[in-house]
Amino acid sequence: MEVLERVAFYVMAVLAVISALLVVVNRNPVASAMSLVGAFLAVAGLYLTLNATFLSAIQVLVYAGAIMVLFLFVIMLLNLEREPFDLPGIGRIAGFGLSVALLFSLISLALGAVARPETSARGGSGAEIGDVFFSDYLFPFEMASLLLLVAMVGVIVVARRRKPEEEEEEQA
Amino acid sequence: MITVVDYYVVASILFAIGALGFLLRKNVLVMFMSVELMLNSANLVLVASAKSFDLARGSAFALVSVAVAAAEVGVGLAIIIALFRLKATVDAEEITNLRG
Amino acid sequence: MSDTQVYYLAFLVKLLVVFTLAVGLVPILVYAERRVSALMQFRWGPNRVGPFGLLQPFADMVKLLCKEDLVPERASKVLFTIAPALTCIPPFLVMSFIPVAPSFALAGREMKGVVVDSPVGILLLLALSSLTVYGLAIGGWASNSKYSLLGGLRSSAQMISYELAMGISVLAVLCVSGTLNLSEIIYRQTQFFGYDAQSGNWAGWNIFAQPLAFVIFLVAAFAETNRLPFDLPEAESELVGGYHTEYSSMKFSLFFMGEYIGMVGISSVLVVLFLGGWHFPGMNSLGVQPGTLPFTLLGLLVFLAKIGVLLFFFIHVRWTLPRFRYDQLMRIGWKVLLPLALLNVLVTGAVVAGS
Repeated sequence: MEVLERVAFYVMAVLAVISALLVVVNRNPVASAMSLVGAFLAVAGLYLTLNATFLSAIQVLVYAGAIMVLFLFVIMLLNLEREPFDLPGIGRIAGFGLSVALLFSLISLALGAVARPETSARGGSGAEIGDVFFSDYLFPFEMASLLLLVAMVGVIVVARRRKPEEEEEEQA
Repeated sequence: MITVVDYYVVASILFAIGALGFLLRKNVLVMFMSVELMLNSANLVLVASAKSFDLARGSAFALVSVAVAAAEVGVGLAIIIALFRLKATVDAEEITNLRG
Repeated sequence: MSDTQVYYLAFLVKLLVVFTLAVGLVPILVYAERRVSALMQFRWGPNRVGPFGLLQPFADMVKLLCKEDLVPERASKVLFTIAPALTCIPPFLVMSFIPVAPSFALAGREMKGVVVDSPVGILLLLALSSLTVYGLAIGGWASNSKYSLLGGLRSSAQMISYELAMGISVLAVLCVSGTLNLSEIIYRQTQFFGYDAQSGNWAGWNIFAQPLAFVIFLVAAFAETNRLPFDLPEAESELVGGYHTEYSSMKFSLFFMGEYIGMVGISSVLVVLFLGGWHFPGMNSLGVQPGTLPFTLLGLLVFLAKIGVLLFFFIHVRWTLPRFRYDQLMRIGWKVLLPLALLNVLVTGAVVAGS
């Protein structure tokens, strides 16, 4: 079983990194979005190797099932074309350098971390997470629902197609 | 033996790739996707570290962050649609209204 | 043989059985769809190939395989090719989480009647069924045709809208069952109608405890599988063929298969959540010992019969009701089903918490 766990981890990790790279490299936005779905599914797999079953299901449900469908919907709605290729300017070379520096500093930080024994008091099942939410973290839980409500109202206000007379009022 | 360090390394790589996409791409939507990737890698660190303390608590943190991400994506995409109506473009270099 | 080997062998056998069931049901469904529609319209339907036209699906298959596989010139080829597969894979995966039969003992070990018995089974089912939309949306986009694009757009909007009502209706069922595990949800429905004497919890089929959730889930299921009266993404009178306008040959038949396996999958979910799974009233008094292989096979047959009834219902509705208009579809989803589902959860939660 030990070997199997290692294999699962490496497969998921490699898949996640490759699809993340494809997100950045693809010039076709729909292909980018599909690669990102792949990356999210791979991260869900990584959660599974951590025994966080509930979170893994939520990752697929929310990220792959809802958020990316929304992305895809917007891309199709705006009917985006392929991005034309242009030569990298000074800003983009600097950006590349910056992210490489970020990569190395983060990895050196990660390798410096000490692996503590995996002695989790509780598992990641739905019931246990529910216990946490409805005892210690009731307030953050309620706040999250309030946040979602506010976001919903905000989205409708921002994305609504305004009537011509309203636009004139705003201009004035 | 897979330890928490391995997860940190994977999360670091994902975070750096997200940063790369955000800095290099000009399409606002792809930049937004890269931000999502970075958020996800942060979540991965959270859950991996929670394994040494209390996985249920770490998962709860990550769940709140997923809820925030969902709200953020909704608002962000709405802004992009509004922007597209105004400018008919999603190229970050052509959206310069706030540049002094 | 070691325990691990037995485990993997059982896994493979179960996978094979479920896969064969899912694939085997497709030609039967295609045939049934055509015969039932003919029956309802006072026609004969296919009756030339083989006895009663039973070999018609195979003739259709040969025809589809022999057709030219066209890829539109300006389509994006990779996405165009993977889209049909993307519609087919999630329904197959759904089938592997469905407990199709009770468990039985083999050489001292418990053999479960499900390929993967996940503690968060129902969430995975919802997640997988929401992944089906990618195939349709990508297929519509990659074809580079206006009809396909409109079909893809419609399907993604429709799926997002009905996913919500579906998920929330499931929530009420989970309140009654108190578990996310599908096998346990079935074990909590091992009476036809009534309460468990020991714990005082509801133990009958969930359709009686949650009739409203059942109706909401059923309506959403029609929308999720893109079946009439909600087949807007492929409305042939407006969009030629919707997302599959540009597809031909095997790619087209994969879309077709995806739709039918999706129907099988969603009917299985309905049976598990609301109709007691493999349980049937009086099943225990038939003289078959529970926990043995014959009992498992009996359960499997009951399960298949229940799916059959639901599939017949799906086909019947398709040939009875006219198609909704797109704005009507959206209004039903957001202004009728969603509030009703929320109300249902509220009431169920109050009742469960109060008892």
